Amino acid sequence: MSYHSRVDRRWATRRAANPEYEPYHPKWHRKRVPIFWWLERPSYTKFITRELTSLAVGYAAVLLMVQVWVMARGPGAYERFLAILASPAIVAFHAVVFLFLLFHSVTWLNLAPQALVVRLGGRRVPDRVVLAGHYVAWLVATAVVAGYLLWGVP
Amino acid sequence: METTSHDVLLVGGGGAGLRAAIAVAEADPSLDVAVVSKVYPMRSHTVSAEGGAAAVIKPGDSLDAHAYDTISGGDWLCDQDAVEAFVREATEEMLRLEHWGCPWSREPDGHIAVRPFGGMKNERTWFAADKTGFHMLHTLYQTSLKYRTTMYDEWFVTRLLVEQGRCQGIVAIQLATGKIHAILAKAVILCTGGCGKVFPFTTNANIKTGDGMALAYRAGVPLKDMEFVQYHPTGLPFTGILITEATRSEGGFLLNKDGYRYLQDYDLGKPEPKPVLRSMELGPRDRLSQAFVKELERGRTVETPHGHVVHLDIRHLGERVIDTKLPFVRELCLKYENLDPVRELIPVRPVVHYMMGGVHTDIHGATSLPGLYAAGEVACVSINGANRLGSNSLTELLVFGARAGKAAARFAAEQAEPGGGLLAQALDEERRLGEVLLGRANGSERIAELREEMQGAMERGAGIYRDAGSLEAAAGGIAEIKERFKNAALDDRSLTFNTERIAWLELSNMLDLAEAIIASALARRESRGAHQRTDNPQRDDGRYLAHSLAHRRDGGGARIEYLPVTITRWPPGERVYGR
Amino acid sequence: MARSIRLQIRRYRPEDEREPVWESFEVPDRPEWMVLDGLNYIKDRLDGSLSYRWACRMGVCGSCGMVVNGKPVLTCATYLSALGPDPVRVEPIKGFPVIRDLVVDIEDFVRKLESVKPWIIREEEKPLSEGEYLQTPEQLAEYKQQSMCINCLLCYSACPIYALEPDFIGPAAIALAQRYNLDSRDEGTEERMDVLSQHEGIWCCTFVGECSVVCPKDVDPAGAIQRYKVKATADWFKSLLMPWGKR
Repeated sequence: MSYHSRVDRRWATRRAANPEYEPYHPKWHRKRVPIFWWLERPSYTKFITRELTSLAVGYAAVLLMVQVWVMARGPGAYERFLAILASPAIVAFHAVVFLFLLFHSVTWLNLAPQALVVRLGGRRVPDRVVLAGHYVAWLVATAVVAGYLLWGVP
Repeated sequence: METTSHDVLLVGGGGAGLRAAIAVAEADPSLDVAVVSKVYPMRSHTVSAEGGAAAVIKPGDSLDAHAYDTISGGDWLCDQDAVEAFVREATEEMLRLEHWGCPWSREPDGHIAVRPFGGMKNERTWFAADKTGFHMLHTLYQTSLKYRTTMYDEWFVTRLLVEQGRCQGIVAIQLATGKIHAILAKAVILCTGGCGKVFPFTTNANIKTGDGMALAYRAGVPLKDMEFVQYHPTGLPFTGILITEATRSEGGFLLNKDGYRYLQDYDLGKPEPKPVLRSMELGPRDRLSQAFVKELERGRTVETPHGHVVHLDIRHLGERVIDTKLPFVRELCLKYENLDPVRELIPVRPVVHYMMGGVHTDIHGATSLPGLYAAGEVACVSINGANRLGSNSLTELLVFGARAGKAAARFAAEQAEPGGGLLAQALDEERRLGEVLLGRANGSERIAELREEMQGAMERGAGIYRDAGSLEAAAGGIAEIKERFKNAALDDRSLTFNTERIAWLELSNMLDLAEAIIASALARRESRGAHQRTDNPQRDDGRYLAHSLAHRRDGGGARIEYLPVTITRWPPGERVYGR
Repeated sequence: MARSIRLQIRRYRPEDEREPVWESFEVPDRPEWMVLDGLNYIKDRLDGSLSYRWACRMGVCGSCGMVVNGKPVLTCATYLSALGPDPVRVEPIKGFPVIRDLVVDIEDFVRKLESVKPWIIREEEKPLSEGEYLQTPEQLAEYKQQSMCINCLLCYSACPIYALEPDFIGPAAIALAQRYNLDSRDEGTEERMDVLSQHEGIWCCTFVGECSVVCPKDVDPAGAIQRYKVKATADWFKSLLMPWGKR
């Protein structure tokens, strides 16, 4: 049962200054998200940088695959490939890529305690321990790989 | 005018309202249920309750013990048939809430844990850390989402529609658009809470303005026992934020300025290192608040920039107990008083907390107006009598919310569709509300000032201790404010989310309720529970073992009648604590 | 002379203007005042037309969330004097349409809350006569953190994904779903997974983490979502590799 009254407008008492306003139908305001929203707060900028540096991770993976592919093509091709890699421009570029990789890895590792809640014997393992565990594992893996590459440790 | 109709309509979406809505939906799934609330349900004041909810569950406890504690706590003004029904249904209701997911605190073996509470001889207060009301409300709200309930969130009810002697709906303002609507219903249940904002210092939220009580009052339903206003002994100074009774049940002490546990001077027992049930700090709230006033008169309270206080000492409980059982208290003290209760004393003073009085109902939640029901703090059944025991009111929400829901469902199933004459009333109300906006341009009084003056008059005239003189002065003050209220100005005369218009309506509700409180207090010439008359300091069972019923008088003020208390198995006796 | 502090409020009166505007007010600078006390002073004594929501003033009802100096906070729990002496800017929370002044429409959130089925789901209910479901304090601790959400929506205001993709269910809703998933009495994890494992569910979240930073009740919705992602992925692999598992 519904009764739409023409008298509705009677009690819209004051003259609304906004001519677009219809009595009892206010227009809500939606704030536009600016293109550079990620510059508004340092935490947003850090987040976007973290996400964009994943490209560096992708690049490093591709580089490794290219390296393997070149090695399969023989020692000559490999020597030429290494020479390209040694050029100053590439070295500088890779230095930047390395920094991005570090940034990405550190920011991701720092998120580990939030994503991984481990309970031992009914008590929650403290965040510091989970974090330390991740860093130790990272360093050990790095040490093993570095040892193998640099000193041929089997 | 937009009109919708439902079978059962709840006014208020707090603990009682949501429990009642679920009860209707479960009792009769064919009924169409709707909830109207002036705030979103999770903002209802149930959310602020901290301490716990009482129900008999441990061996060694009994329904009779719970009943006796409640009746003696209420200074024998409780209707004993209602109390018996209450304690009988309490445990089942609380277990039902547990089944719905409420995160009650547990003992190591997984059973429900209980804590001692003021005025209770056995430990029967279930708790969820110290945010019991929060967890109960969110559990009820989330469970209510299972049912097909229509929610009218942020709609402010301004009038009950009554025709042929039956309540058949309401008129409400939709806050977001300013549009006035009529909602017709075969049964209406009021669950709008109390009216603590009538006083200046209160634990209550801004929204506790007694709107439901005023709606019923203006529709001719009497308000019962309005003179009984509970002051919770431990609220923070300045803000009035509640520091739960659980601090005392876990073992806290109340100390005056000399570090002395002053309650031992007021016939509340001997101080022991561990809490003793029904003794000292675990006495009933009215006696503890009254003890504060006496200490103040003797000059033994501590003076602070925000008034006189005493100290609540929980340091000896230790950090682990505080962080497990009282974490919210620690948070509140750190935030609002800049002190850590693990190491420092908490300044506290009595603040208005709960209205024992309210809309007169029977033990099924039905009021004297057919079709109108009430449950929760808005109602007075009465199970709380002259003084409510802590942790009874959260259980009351469940028990009487369910009862009122079931009773309303039965009533609604038998009714015909609401009649046509209601539209005229609704249009009349729409005109009145339009005039509220129209006629306020040239007013000279500010709503906030009038509200503060009303609150000041009530605190001075109808505080913890009253006498005929202070009450008459308060009555005069309220009458004068009502006159000035006719000249109140509104800065905001728009339609969209006009909270000032709502404040105006709330103030007009509170002024009516203030009159009812003062009239009831003047008429009761005795002292009982929370109503203490210095000019009539004795309890007078001969004349006043009865509830006061305040009927609204058109010219202002109230006509008071008396309704005898229902006594079943516990004849009136002496209220003894600490012995 | 009493010190005062300036509040710059983002006003919006749809009947008078098409866009929000800034308005300044001077309020007394009292050490015990929260931002909410400043707003109440404006409404009570300076301009009664300022509209905003508030109720409990003790940080438990969740009504009074607003963006103050760029950060989403509960105005009843933020000291005014800690924000001065420059003008303090108060705006409505982000991500929701503004109805009026500091009031936003939260219907989208309410619908999303309902969509995750935030209630106990069980095959069979235990009869009340048999008492409570047993739940040890350790089991309670599993979901306790996520049960503390007061629905203040500060996390939605802080989440850039919610602003960019309004279909995203959002941190509080997912945290609440997790609260029930982790409750030992609940058996509805699979039912909720239908809603949560959609794109607008957990997979929209890219772990910005701001929601957990601004949460006044330490609910850690970001952590809850990531843990749920781990579980959802593990369950998907299990169902792939061992399809004979629980069906």
